[in-house]
Amino acid sequence: MLRRATRGLPLVPSVGLLLVFLAGPILYCFYAAFTDMALTGSGATGNEFVGFDNFAKAFSEPAFANAVFLTLLFTLFSAVLGQNILGMIIAFSMRRTNKIVRAVVGSIVIGAWVLPEIVAAYMWTAVLGDEGTLNRVLEFLRIPGQDWLYSNPILAVSIANVWRGTAFSMLVYSAALSEIPSEIEEAAEVDGATGWWRVWHVTLPMIRRSIMTNLMLITLQTLAVFGLIYAMVGEGGASGKAQTLPIYMYEQAFKFSQIGYGTAVALILLLVGAIFSLIYMRLLNPGKEAT
Amino acid sequence: MRLRVLASAMVCGVMAVAATACGGGAGSDDSNDKTIKIAYQRWGAGRVMDTFLEDMKKDFEKANTGTKVELVPIVASENDYYTKLQLMMRSPRTAPDIVREDTFLINSDIQAGYLRPLDPYLSKWEEWDQFEGPAKEAGKAQDGKVYGVTDGTDTRGLWYNKKIFAKAGFPVPWEPKNWDEILDAARTIKQQVPDVMPLNVFSGKAAGEASAMQGFEMLLYGTEDTLYNPQQKKWVTGAKGFEDSLDFIKTVYGEKLGPTPKQALNKQIQNTVSADWMPKQELAINLDGSWLPNTWLKTGAKPWPQWSKVLGTTPMPTQNGQAPGKVSLSGGWTWAIPQKSVSPDLAWKLIEQMGSKENNLRFVNENAQIAVRKDVAGEKAYLEAQPTVKFFTDLVSVTQYRPALPEYPKISNEIQVAMEQVMTGQQQPGAAAGTYDKAVAGIVGEDKTTQRSK
Repeated sequence: MLRRATRGLPLVPSVGLLLVFLAGPILYCFYAAFTDMALTGSGATGNEFVGFDNFAKAFSEPAFANAVFLTLLFTLFSAVLGQNILGMIIAFSMRRTNKIVRAVVGSIVIGAWVLPEIVAAYMWTAVLGDEGTLNRVLEFLRIPGQDWLYSNPILAVSIANVWRGTAFSMLVYSAALSEIPSEIEEAAEVDGATGWWRVWHVTLPMIRRSIMTNLMLITLQTLAVFGLIYAMVGEGGASGKAQTLPIYMYEQAFKFSQIGYGTAVALILLLVGAIFSLIYMRLLNPGKEAT
Repeated sequence: MRLRVLASAMVCGVMAVAATACGGGAGSDDSNDKTIKIAYQRWGAGRVMDTFLEDMKKDFEKANTGTKVELVPIVASENDYYTKLQLMMRSPRTAPDIVREDTFLINSDIQAGYLRPLDPYLSKWEEWDQFEGPAKEAGKAQDGKVYGVTDGTDTRGLWYNKKIFAKAGFPVPWEPKNWDEILDAARTIKQQVPDVMPLNVFSGKAAGEASAMQGFEMLLYGTEDTLYNPQQKKWVTGAKGFEDSLDFIKTVYGEKLGPTPKQALNKQIQNTVSADWMPKQELAINLDGSWLPNTWLKTGAKPWPQWSKVLGTTPMPTQNGQAPGKVSLSGGWTWAIPQKSVSPDLAWKLIEQMGSKENNLRFVNENAQIAVRKDVAGEKAYLEAQPTVKFFTDLVSVTQYRPALPEYPKISNEIQVAMEQVMTGQQQPGAAAGTYDKAVAGIVGEDKTTQRSK
């Protein structure tokens, strides 16, 4: 018994640090969401407990509803469809190509991933801006261009996010595909399963777990994207057409100094993440029969 | 599995949240009583404030041997500056000893308990009598105590390019008597000098407070309505003047007399106007502030020596020319001492030094500010510092202040949203005003709104 206790001793400092620096702020956020905490004004003196007021307020604000809608749209397009599917396609197509092509494609995609968010944002501003590369190309092809950052900011930031995040999905799927024993696919081929049918009925079910993990991670990451959007379209573009929840939260917490309300919005964001996770697990949980 | 994934999802999310939302004060300083820290905003290319404070620091350290002055420039845009300052003032470990406070936030920071009343010091400071009444009021809280010493103010009016006016065949000096005359001038310029932009009125969220103050409120305060009724202590909703002001914005942007919505909704618009369009003589009329020459001085972001020959100034008229005929709004900054300052007495000594006649004169001149000290306002060196000084100083007689209440930043945001809806053609002025009314009621509570402006 005593030996057991002493064995755990070296863990004490790290557990302590975790409690102070991780659990502490998290609990503080939960607490703040139920108060009228503010950076200035009366809310800055004593933090009064206001119950669910902040949440009730959020659900009655049109700007909040707009932010939730845009966040879902952004996540759906840029993560669930864009990064996920594109990453999978690249991973699949790289299996059969030669080493050189694989190295080139791999380094380009990963290059996009390792670039700092802010650099990526400026790069895409240069591409999608009014005088940007895309419009120049369209002009050359005699197709009328538009200022994407102004006219369709949520699409613009989605494209940038797909570009940036595809590498992660590609890496996850490449790893998953390389773990499928080649005998299984060969056996399927011998049985007459070819092309799409084999992918759908053999390969995909085998990497189900990876699909779920990947979707979960990129969804959570995309829900929290802030720097990319802020650098590309400021506080959410014209008329808030790209004001996702993190941007809305920033505006409320720091521009209007309402820390309590801002944290409540943050908790709702967290809830959205949890809902996504549950959906993925329902849809993709392999269950016992598949393993 | 399920639980573990959910738990890890929660942790990831919370961490993201914690990183963004709970920016508590951090870092500590080895503050001894002999060091005073002075926090101010630094933004863009200008270093006028830095140079001034460097000299103040030298003088102060010389006069008070053993003390040190530490300059703490906060590199941030306006909103971020307030946030950082407020975070710093929350904790004694990070609180500066002197802070530069915008007059429009000073009341809510007082309410937050961040600042220290200066009355014990002011009562012993003879020079306080030299400050103009409104300037003394600017740093006063609802408890009647003064929390900040103003060092200058600003006023607003119309800037116009005499050369473009001459090209358009318009008589100079130009003195519009009402809104229609401004729009007429803009229309004529659009016709006669098609390659320039006739009129800039800041609008929308990108220009932030400039849209609300230089743009919207300069219009609204020239109607029969205002934002706030101080007698009833209520915010005004359902005002005709509000809708009329939005209608003016609609005309400017709808008839393409101003920037395109896309240009106006660029975050850089304010810099673009003063450092690009005006010096390049691409803009005929600009509704803007007294501080613009700041940009064009030798030390400014875009030196432009010819500005005083090319540009003229004229007051912004009221809607139909009704009394008093012209409109101006004012803001300004104060020096204040945080509640959690460790050496307030020394801090006050430095404020006293900065506020002396000689130093204040230098400050208002270098910053292109409008004087708040009577003796400074009478100085030849002040009146002759800039050709526009007299014009903007005279506007002080009609100038008005924004409602300095904690809700104001949120209300200002709603104004910007309404402007944006109208300028982009998404809503008609009536509908946008209706949305604003609802938003105001939501922010301050239905019982704190009124239909009467005066």
